[in-house]
Amino acid sequence: MEQHQPCSNSTIAEADRKLEQIKLAIDQFKQMKGALIPVLHEVQDVYGFLPEPVLQVVSAELDLPMSEIYGVASFYHFFSLTPKGEHVIHVCMGTACYIKGAQGILDRLSTELKVPVQGTTEDDKFTLEATRCLGACGLAPVLTIGEKVHGRLTPNAVPKMLKEYN
Amino acid sequence: MKLLTDLDAIRTLTQGRLDNRRISGASGESVSFRSVMVCGGTGCTSSDSNKIIAALEHEVAGRGIQTQVEIVRTGCFGLCELGPVVIVYPEGIFYSRVEIKDIPALVEQHLVNGKPYDKKIYEKTRQGDELLNFEETDFYKKQVRIALHNCGVIDPEVIDEYIASDGYRALAQVLTTMSAEQVIDTVKRSGLRGRGGGGFLTGLKWEFAARQNKPQKYVICNADEGDPGAFMDRSILEGNPHSVIEAMAIAGYAIGANQGFIYVRAEYPIAVQRFSKALDQAREYGLLGDDIFGTGFAFNIEVRLGAGAFVCGEETALIHSIEGHRGMPTPKPPFPAVEGLWGQPTIINNVETLANIGQIILNGAEWYAAIGTEKSKGTKVFALGGKVVNTGLVEVPMGITLREVIFEIGGGIPGGKKFKAVQTGGPSGGCLTEEHLDCTIDFDTLTSLGSMMGSGGMIIMDEDTCMVDVARFYLDFTRDESCGKCTPCRIGTKRLLEMLDKVTSGKGTLEDLEHMEQLSLQIKNASLCALGQTAPNPVLSTLKYFREEYLAHITDSKCPAGVCKALISYEIDAGLCRGCSLCARKCPSDAISGKMKEPYVIDKAACIKCGVCFDVCKFKAVAIV
Repeated sequence: MEQHQPCSNSTIAEADRKLEQIKLAIDQFKQMKGALIPVLHEVQDVYGFLPEPVLQVVSAELDLPMSEIYGVASFYHFFSLTPKGEHVIHVCMGTACYIKGAQGILDRLSTELKVPVQGTTEDDKFTLEATRCLGACGLAPVLTIGEKVHGRLTPNAVPKMLKEYN
Repeated sequence: MKLLTDLDAIRTLTQGRLDNRRISGASGESVSFRSVMVCGGTGCTSSDSNKIIAALEHEVAGRGIQTQVEIVRTGCFGLCELGPVVIVYPEGIFYSRVEIKDIPALVEQHLVNGKPYDKKIYEKTRQGDELLNFEETDFYKKQVRIALHNCGVIDPEVIDEYIASDGYRALAQVLTTMSAEQVIDTVKRSGLRGRGGGGFLTGLKWEFAARQNKPQKYVICNADEGDPGAFMDRSILEGNPHSVIEAMAIAGYAIGANQGFIYVRAEYPIAVQRFSKALDQAREYGLLGDDIFGTGFAFNIEVRLGAGAFVCGEETALIHSIEGHRGMPTPKPPFPAVEGLWGQPTIINNVETLANIGQIILNGAEWYAAIGTEKSKGTKVFALGGKVVNTGLVEVPMGITLREVIFEIGGGIPGGKKFKAVQTGGPSGGCLTEEHLDCTIDFDTLTSLGSMMGSGGMIIMDEDTCMVDVARFYLDFTRDESCGKCTPCRIGTKRLLEMLDKVTSGKGTLEDLEHMEQLSLQIKNASLCALGQTAPNPVLSTLKYFREEYLAHITDSKCPAGVCKALISYEIDAGLCRGCSLCARKCPSDAISGKMKEPYVIDKAACIKCGVCFDVCKFKAVAIV
C-alpha cells in the first residue's frame, strides 16, 4: 500500500516553505505600483512554473481577479502555466542561429527525445523549447540546457550532448 | 554621500590601474606589472571564461606573482567569434579561443617569463615575425567606440574603475554648472537620435517632457532588446552599466523627474545581475538617492524585469507592462512625453542611446555632431552575425558603407561562399543585396532602401540561405509576437505566413505573390503600432530584391539554396561514393542502405531530409537535388 501514502512530512514542509517565500515576496512588492509581474517572476523562480493554487493566493493577496492574472501570465512568453521537465532545453531560434542551421538542431532534438517542440518527455527528464535570441550569436547555433550553454552545434552532436544528462 | 572632490580623489587613486590597460610598446621582459583582461560578456562566459579566470587566479597564486598581475573580468571585446578572449597589457597581446589547458603555459611563458604564449595568439595580429597591435587589425581599426568605450577596459562590477575613466563627471557637471535647458540644448545640438529603432531626436523628446508642468515625471530605460540577432544593449549593460545609470540621472535632471525605471529582459541574467550591482554601488556612493553631490537633486532607479514580449519595445506597450498589465500598445497621441507611466510625463530611451549621453556632455555637442552624416550623427553599434567570418559586436561611425562593415570589419563570408544578402533591422527591417553594398549606413538611407536601422542586428547571408525561407522565419516571429490587439496585425500576419508556407512547400501560385504584396501594404497601413507597421518589411524587401527566388519556388518547384525541405531531396552520387557506410550509420531514419565498399542508396520515401548524410559524407557524394 506504500504508493497510496500521503505526502511525507518533508514534502509538506517544503511546500509550506515555498508558499511562505511567495507570501513574503508579495508583502514586499505590495506597496509597489504594478506589482503583479514582479510577483509572477518570483512564483516562477520558486516553482519553475505558475501553479494555479499559488496564483489564487496571489489573486487574494494583491486583490486582483484571477482573470486578470491569467491574462497577464498567458501573454508573456517567459511565464509558463505548465510544469517543466528536469532539464529545460532552450534552442535559440534567433536569426543568426537560424541562418546557421538551428532548425536542424531543433528537429534532431525532437526526433531524439520523441517530443514535439514545447513538449516534455514521458519520463519528465527534458522539456524542449524554441526560444528567441539568447544573444550568444558568436557561438551560433546555440542552445542552453539549464544554465549550461552548448554552442557551435551540428545535428550530429545532439545525441552525445544529451548523453551528458542521462 | 560623495562630493565632486571625492570623485577626484577616487580617480587619482584608481587611474594608474586603468593606465596600465593600454598598449605601451614595452618589450616583454622589462614589464613589472601586467593586466590580464578576460572577456566576461555572455558569448565568452558561455564558452567558460569564468573557469579561465579561476584557472588564471589559481596559477598566478601558485607561482606567487599576485603582486605583479591583476586579472580583470571585463565587458565584451566585440570579437565574440574568437571567444573566450584574453588580452594581456601593457604589451596588448590578444589571445583567442583560450582553453583551460592553455592557462599553465600562458602564465609560465607570458606572465612569468615575459614571452607571448604563441599557440593562442590571434592570427590576424601576426605579420611575419612581428606582432601587430590588435587595435590595428581590420576588425578594430575602423571602429569608433563611444557607447562601448569602457567595454573591455574596466571591470563593470567596480564603480571606482568607472569613476577613474571619467565616470559620473558628466552628471556632476550637469548638476553643478548647467541648467536643465542647457542640458537639453546640448543633447539637441549633438543630433543624437534614438538607437532603439525609431531614430527620433533624443533632445527633442526630452524637451517635450520638460515642457510639461507636472510634479511627477519618469525616465524609463528600455533594455528589453527583443530583436533576434541583436545583443548590443545587453553588452552595454554587462560591460558598462554605470554609463546607463549616469545618463538616466542626467535625463531625470533635464526633464524634472526623480524616478527612473529600467525595463530589462529576464532572459539576460548577467546583465540584470551586473546592473543591479551597479545600482547598489551608485546608491552607496550617494550618486543615486537624495541630494546628489549636495545639489538638492534627487533621483532613484528601480529595476523591472521584462517577461518576453517583443511588442514591449513599443513605448506605450512597455509602459503598460511596467504598470502590471499585458504589454499592449495604445494610440499616440497622447505621447508618453505628455502622458506616460501612470498618466505622468515619461521619456523612454534605449540603452545605447543613453550610453552616448555622458560622452556628449563631457566632450561637447559639436564633437559628437562632427561624427557621422548630416542627419545621422555619431556612431551605431551593430551585432554582426550569420554567415560572416568575424561575428561580434562593432561600433562604427554613421556613414560607413555596408561593404566596409561586412567585408573589412566582418572579414567577409566564410568558406569561400558568395555573399547574398544582409538583413538589418531585425523583424522590422529588410534584406539588402550586393548592389547596395556601397550604400552608406544611416537612418534615412536604410529606410529609403526598404530596410531600416532598427536596434542594430546585422545578419549576413550567403548563397546557402533561402530568402523565401528567411521571410517566412521573420513572419513566423512577428505573427507569434503580435499582441493581437488589432486585426490587420493579428490576422494579417497569420495569413501572410500561410502564403509563405505555401510557397516554401512548393504549392504557391503567382496570384499568391500578388496577394502577399497587397496584404503586406494593408497590414503596414492599418496597424496601430510599429510592430504591425513594419512586420511585412521582410516580405516586401525580399519580393523586391529576390523575386526570382520566389518564382523558382512557384514555377520550377525548386529551392535554389537547397533549404526548403519539400522542394529538395538527397541523392548519393554512385561515382563519388566509396561505400564507407558512415551515412547509413548516422541516418536517424534508416533510409540509407548498401554494402560496404559499394555505392549506398537513399530510400527517398523513408528519408526525413534531415541532411545528416550530407553533413557527414567525407567524399561529397551526397547531393541536394
